[in-house]
Amino acid sequence: MLRKLLIGTMLGSALTAGYAASTYAAGGSVEVLHWWTSGGEAAALDVLKKKLESQGVTWKDMPVAGGGGEAAMTALRARVTAGDPPTAVQALGFDITDWAKQGVVGDLGEVADKEGWDKVVPTALQNFAKHDGKWIAAPVNVHSTNWVWISKKALDAAGGKVPENWDELVAVLDKMKANGITPLAHGGQAWQDATIFDAVVLSLGTDFYKASMIDNDPAALGGEKMVEAFDRMAKLKSYVDKDFSGRDWNLASAMVIEGKAGMQMMGDWAKGEFLKAGQKPGSDFVCIRFPGTQGAVTFNSDMFMMFKVGDDKKAAQLTMASDIESPDFQSSFNVVKGSVPARTDVPDTAFDDCGKKGIKDLAEANSSGKLFGSMAHGYAVPAAVKNAMYDVITRHFNGELDSKAAAAALVEAVAAAKG
Amino acid sequence: MSAPSQDVATRNGVVVRALIYALLILFAVYYLLPLYVMVVNSLKPLDEIRQGNMLALPQQWTVAPWLSAWSTAQIGVSPTGLKPYFLNSVLMVVPAVAISTVLGALNGYVLTKWRFKGDNIVFGMMLLACFIPFQIVLIPSARILGLLGLAGTVPGLVLIHAIYGLGFTTLFFRNYYEAFPTELVKAAQIDGASFFQIFRRILLPSSGPIIVVTVIWQFTNIWNDFLFGSSFSSVDSIPITVALNNLVNSSTGVKEYNVHFAGAILAALPTLIVYIVSGRYFVRGLMAGAVKG
Amino acid sequence: MADATMTGRNALANPRATLQDLLPKIVLAPSFAVILIFVYGFIAFTAVLSFSGSKLLPDFSTWVGFSNYVRLFNHPNWIVALKNLAIFSILYIVICSVIGLALAIFLDQKIRGEGMLRPIYLYPMALSFIVTGVAWKWFLDPGIGLEHVMQSIGWESFSFRWIKDGKMAIYTIVIAAVWQSSGFVMAMFLAGLRGVDNEIIKAAQIDGASTFVIYRRIIIPLMRPVFLSAFVVLAHLAIKSYDLVVAMTDGGPGTATWTPALFMQKFTFGRNEMGMGAASAIIMMMMIFAIIVPYLYSELGGKKK
Repeated sequence: MLRKLLIGTMLGSALTAGYAASTYAAGGSVEVLHWWTSGGEAAALDVLKKKLESQGVTWKDMPVAGGGGEAAMTALRARVTAGDPPTAVQALGFDITDWAKQGVVGDLGEVADKEGWDKVVPTALQNFAKHDGKWIAAPVNVHSTNWVWISKKALDAAGGKVPENWDELVAVLDKMKANGITPLAHGGQAWQDATIFDAVVLSLGTDFYKASMIDNDPAALGGEKMVEAFDRMAKLKSYVDKDFSGRDWNLASAMVIEGKAGMQMMGDWAKGEFLKAGQKPGSDFVCIRFPGTQGAVTFNSDMFMMFKVGDDKKAAQLTMASDIESPDFQSSFNVVKGSVPARTDVPDTAFDDCGKKGIKDLAEANSSGKLFGSMAHGYAVPAAVKNAMYDVITRHFNGELDSKAAAAALVEAVAAAKG
Repeated sequence: MSAPSQDVATRNGVVVRALIYALLILFAVYYLLPLYVMVVNSLKPLDEIRQGNMLALPQQWTVAPWLSAWSTAQIGVSPTGLKPYFLNSVLMVVPAVAISTVLGALNGYVLTKWRFKGDNIVFGMMLLACFIPFQIVLIPSARILGLLGLAGTVPGLVLIHAIYGLGFTTLFFRNYYEAFPTELVKAAQIDGASFFQIFRRILLPSSGPIIVVTVIWQFTNIWNDFLFGSSFSSVDSIPITVALNNLVNSSTGVKEYNVHFAGAILAALPTLIVYIVSGRYFVRGLMAGAVKG
Repeated sequence: MADATMTGRNALANPRATLQDLLPKIVLAPSFAVILIFVYGFIAFTAVLSFSGSKLLPDFSTWVGFSNYVRLFNHPNWIVALKNLAIFSILYIVICSVIGLALAIFLDQKIRGEGMLRPIYLYPMALSFIVTGVAWKWFLDPGIGLEHVMQSIGWESFSFRWIKDGKMAIYTIVIAAVWQSSGFVMAMFLAGLRGVDNEIIKAAQIDGASTFVIYRRIIIPLMRPVFLSAFVVLAHLAIKSYDLVVAMTDGGPGTATWTPALFMQKFTFGRNEMGMGAASAIIMMMMIFAIIVPYLYSELGGKKK
């Protein structure tokens, strides 16, 4: 409770300090559909709400939790079909593109042009936040998924050296196993299996990742390298404990925090769990890129997709978009969430060491062309294909398919989902 | 019967009865165990839950989870607890139950006492309506609600729930009235009573049990509905089941299991009360024909 | 004696009688009309949708013929779902009926405390699956639930990991679902038992039949309508079960506990594959109708009161 109060005050003062002189509305309301219903994120969103209220815009909250947004997307369909869409909706990746194709999204051009979003938002994100050259969504953050979070104590007991390639990773995991802890903390849910898969594929080459996950070239999807990727997944499976199935991701983080497990392969929202438990990056836990993926980043970005609304709501909508992209909000929100800002010109002073590394990695990947959308989180392929891949990955991880069969199944599943 | 076999019969009787009691109690434990787990763990602080035995009584009793679930837990961006959403559910459930029950009663009356050609087919079609999965109707209903201007309102939710309850309410009343003696109705018709007079004066007074049955069934199903509640509500009409889901199924953050369980019981209280209070009528009502073919 | 059921011919002579004659139909009409639109109309809508290439939202501009159905039956998840539906439904309906009947018969033996036991058996139905799914998930989790408890009180070798095992996970859902509904089934059977005419039982007792025989030969056969109604209620719950599966396993481990309802929801609303979702819905409806329509026919067609 106290924590939330502290965070809230911090954010609040940061925002009011950086209050932009220009506003787009004095009055009006925004109805926001999202699934951030607890913890630090809800508190962070609350600050956005208060900022809007200070600008005279009422925040109408429409939270629908569950399934990483599935319940919210169901409700959204009903709302749009009924002709009553919310003003702003939290959404990810290709879902945004799919909605844009329906022609029901709004245009944030007025704000985007005025504030120069084109120059500061990474191109890879713009591919999703813009449609037909028009800005339709305001990116809130950039998460990255190819991280590994290692308990410092466990790492030291396993030799103390951070693994930088696959062989070193296996060596560390073996040592942790010998030391008697669970080497890899994992939750057996399809999306978690897929998150690790993302990193494993990326570690076999950025070109390979692009060819298989983004371009869906059947040769890449079913070839030798993919079989090797599945082999690596099977090897990683040998390091998880017997209760991994169905475990929530934050409980896996807790295993690492409490020293019961050595490491977790998860996106940077996991950092929040470590920080909340009072751990410090560098001294209690270590954040590294999945060995073999240094220099590349697979990303996932929460965006608020803006729908076409009447003129009375338009001004408030633009105000909200402007607030979301303001450097101060970007800094304060992302410090809490564990992600990095969606604009590259935000100073990294408020971020902890892992956050600073994240910002640096993002800039580097952005300029070297190694910034890719994460397949596991909807930024590489549309939902149908993504879920088809999920099916194969999770079946393989649970032992229903061997690596060769999995690669073949992957080709088939993707083809079927595209047809 | 000779004395020795009477003894055997009595002894067997005692053994059998003891066995019956044992089984009944065993099943009662099976049914109560999850509730016990929920209640007991809703009164523990979070650390105790993490380390402890889920069946153990709290070492440190606390009602903080209940207070939190009621008024301070994070449901969306605002820490409001479940309190504000109770009223929305009540405003939605009561009219929906009333409308579907009244219409079901009238339908049952017509289908059994005012026979016409094809009435069994009509009834069959209405009964089949019970089985439609709600996911199918979500999008088209949304369209119609939008056209009627009821999207996102409590009346809209009332309409949808009333419509999809009609199949069951008609089924219950129709079976009940089927067993009702037709002579009384015929006599009243001869006396010149009108359609509604017969309903009001003859059928309605004896309908107590089935009305209670129908109300319980509808109340339970509508109160616990999530799909329509999350899709057809907007800010001012969010029902409590949606709020409970937001409390329990948040994607990130520490899972405060004690608050979740407290919230779950709070959200279920009205239904539980309705069940317990009307338990006796329920069995009697079913007996009178809800289940008979 | 006047014909009690007024016919159209009588009505011509008397306008008020016409109104009275039409009134029942007028009263029934709105409900019937509403159901025609909101149920049968929407089923037709879904059927048309299943032949379209709808993705995110209904899209009738693309016609794909039967390809959604072909894809459906070639999809491993659907096959698993159908298999699970068979396993789940059969176990759920049979176990609920057996437990319900047994408990009803026991309670019918003039048990002291019946008034207390009945609500205990009934209350699980009142709880939403969102709630009970989490509780059961806890209970069945080896790390914190039953296995952990048993091991911590000394029974070291106790093992109950079904929920984590692909082959056994579906049975854990049966356990939770049976817990939820068997009390309600018990109530139905109890009511049916109590509705049997006492005269028949008395006559049998005078003839010297034992309690057991009375139940087996007389009471249970007389409860045929109740069995069928219980079956209908249970079948409807079995087919629609979505919230419980999502709360307990979300289809996992892997894809081991997918059900048709889960398939339909996930494909329509999660995977942006509305056409496939609609196809799965139509197949589900066909299966439901294949079971219910014969029942209805046997109950309503034929015998006239």
